[in-house]
Amino acid sequence: MAELKAGTRLQSAVCDSEVMVISAPAGDADLACGGSSMIAMDADKSGGAPDAAQSDGTQLGKRYVNEAGDLELLCTKPGAGSLSLAAETLVLKEAKPLPSSD
Amino acid sequence: MNITMLLEMASSGFADRVAVQEGDRALTYGQLFAAAGSAARCLRESGAEHLALLDSSSPAVAVALFASAWAGVPYVPLNYRLTGDELDSLLERVTPTMLVTDAERAADLAGREGITAISSADFLEQSASGEPLAEPWAMDGDDIAILLFTSGTTGAPKAAVLRHRHLVSYIFSSVEFGGAADSDAALVSVPPYHVAGVASLLSSVYSARRVVQLPAFSAAEWLRLAREQQVTNAFVVPTMLSRIVEELENNGASDPGLPALAALSYGGGKMPLAVIEKAMRFFPGTGFTNAYGLTETSSTITLLDPDDHRSASASDDAAVKRRLVSVGRPLPGVELQVRNDEGATLGANESGEIYVRGEQVSGEYLGLGTRVEGDGWFPTRDGGSIDEEGYLFIEGRVDDVIVRGGENMSPGEIEDVLLEHPSVADVAVVGVPSVEWGEAVAAMVVARGEHPEVADLQALVKQRLRSSRVPGRIEFINELPYNETGKLLRRRVRELLADSAGVAE
Repeated sequence: MAELKAGTRLQSAVCDSEVMVISAPAGDADLACGGSSMIAMDADKSGGAPDAAQSDGTQLGKRYVNEAGDLELLCTKPGAGSLSLAAETLVLKEAKPLPSSD
Repeated sequence: MNITMLLEMASSGFADRVAVQEGDRALTYGQLFAAAGSAARCLRESGAEHLALLDSSSPAVAVALFASAWAGVPYVPLNYRLTGDELDSLLERVTPTMLVTDAERAADLAGREGITAISSADFLEQSASGEPLAEPWAMDGDDIAILLFTSGTTGAPKAAVLRHRHLVSYIFSSVEFGGAADSDAALVSVPPYHVAGVASLLSSVYSARRVVQLPAFSAAEWLRLAREQQVTNAFVVPTMLSRIVEELENNGASDPGLPALAALSYGGGKMPLAVIEKAMRFFPGTGFTNAYGLTETSSTITLLDPDDHRSASASDDAAVKRRLVSVGRPLPGVELQVRNDEGATLGANESGEIYVRGEQVSGEYLGLGTRVEGDGWFPTRDGGSIDEEGYLFIEGRVDDVIVRGGENMSPGEIEDVLLEHPSVADVAVVGVPSVEWGEAVAAMVVARGEHPEVADLQALVKQRLRSSRVPGRIEFINELPYNETGKLLRRRVRELLADSAGVAE
């Protein structure tokens, strides 16, 4: 467990998923993917597989949020596991498209 | 955070889609990412502390932008229209640097101390092969991504500092990843050294849109390329839109022949009402977006979107109709305020200086520190007002305000009135030194056909505004001085007026 900071990148220990923190609540947070705690980008993967109950997968470029709305992650690499904070599975954030301005 | 991550994502999701093309040169997203890595390695090995780019648009621009971000050195796009002396003084400020430039300059500058010059063509060719820089890019958002020398319409150029976190915040708040369709294409005709040129690349990359570059703008070529490439999105400065509409009129075209063009956005200067109204008639199937922003704010901070354009244009309510000349409302995450000279926040429709706050706002100049205040607000030096519904109206640079006998007046207000005269094609109003008033109002007019009578023009201003606004001097000129992105050079107008006064005396 570690404190999440905007801009931090993390990877899943059990699938290909990678995320970047957009915003996060203060204090230590147990961020997991596929049911296992996410690890630093230079750490070694566990070699395990995602928990069957946490295998809805992540999609490239999508944002994931918690219900409280104080955690937002960007998926920078897709994988098989689902993202969760403590016991709460994160959900896809609906994008509100803006007109292209440049 | 690092803008290279935006490209990495596009490359992993859309490797085979064309990222950028100019003429017969094109790079897919996969190739662009690989080229950026290879160029980053060369850049690191050269020992350069900056990567300067001094050339018109080509795929080399995109490679240079991301190679410098990957290597962790600031990218410095320079204005190729500057004179040799001006360029030398800017180059001195960024040495040791790698310089990607045209073949002639690359040869001229070979051997200059602190400069590793390479032609755009060679740079592209070299980066097409070779190992990427082994080290990953730094993720410290505080690293400098870009130094952009401001156009210096009021003085010596300053280098605006844009850090990775500013640019990434801007993209995250305004662009959906991979939002572009396979068939989408953006036509980029603004030069690489303009913040809109940088922003259009970043936005297109993150939406995985194909970028079609037009290195030298002409209305005819813009139309030809947009048709040939079935362009769906384009950004133009107001002068370009005005010339495109003129070209269509001159050709007697009833239809622009651009059925694919879904979105046309404009910004970078004041859009005359007559031009946007005419453009909307010529492009009925196209959604128009007005984007307002500054170099110091990582490009766009407010948008007048296509629905705003349509509802303003169709409305009988004067307050709604007026919004067609507004710059719209702030992007998500951007806050605006209008303040008076004493710093007090003003209410709806009151004119003052525009302040902006948000994560994309830099407000910093190299060696001069930041102009952002402790609570995050950045004074834009643009004057304006915000209406009841939050639409922002720009009223010119605060520094251009004319103070005549203690009364503040905006040149734009007087110019708008003079432009209503059928014989006035273009006009610039500036303050000139006056013993009696401190500053006096003077106008430089480009006549359409016969010169209008000075007395008639003065009477028009007196009737529509008030006598204090009447230009005491009105001179005629064939063409007003604009920079290449259509920004009126008011300092130059004042110089011209000073010169002609000298001659008259």
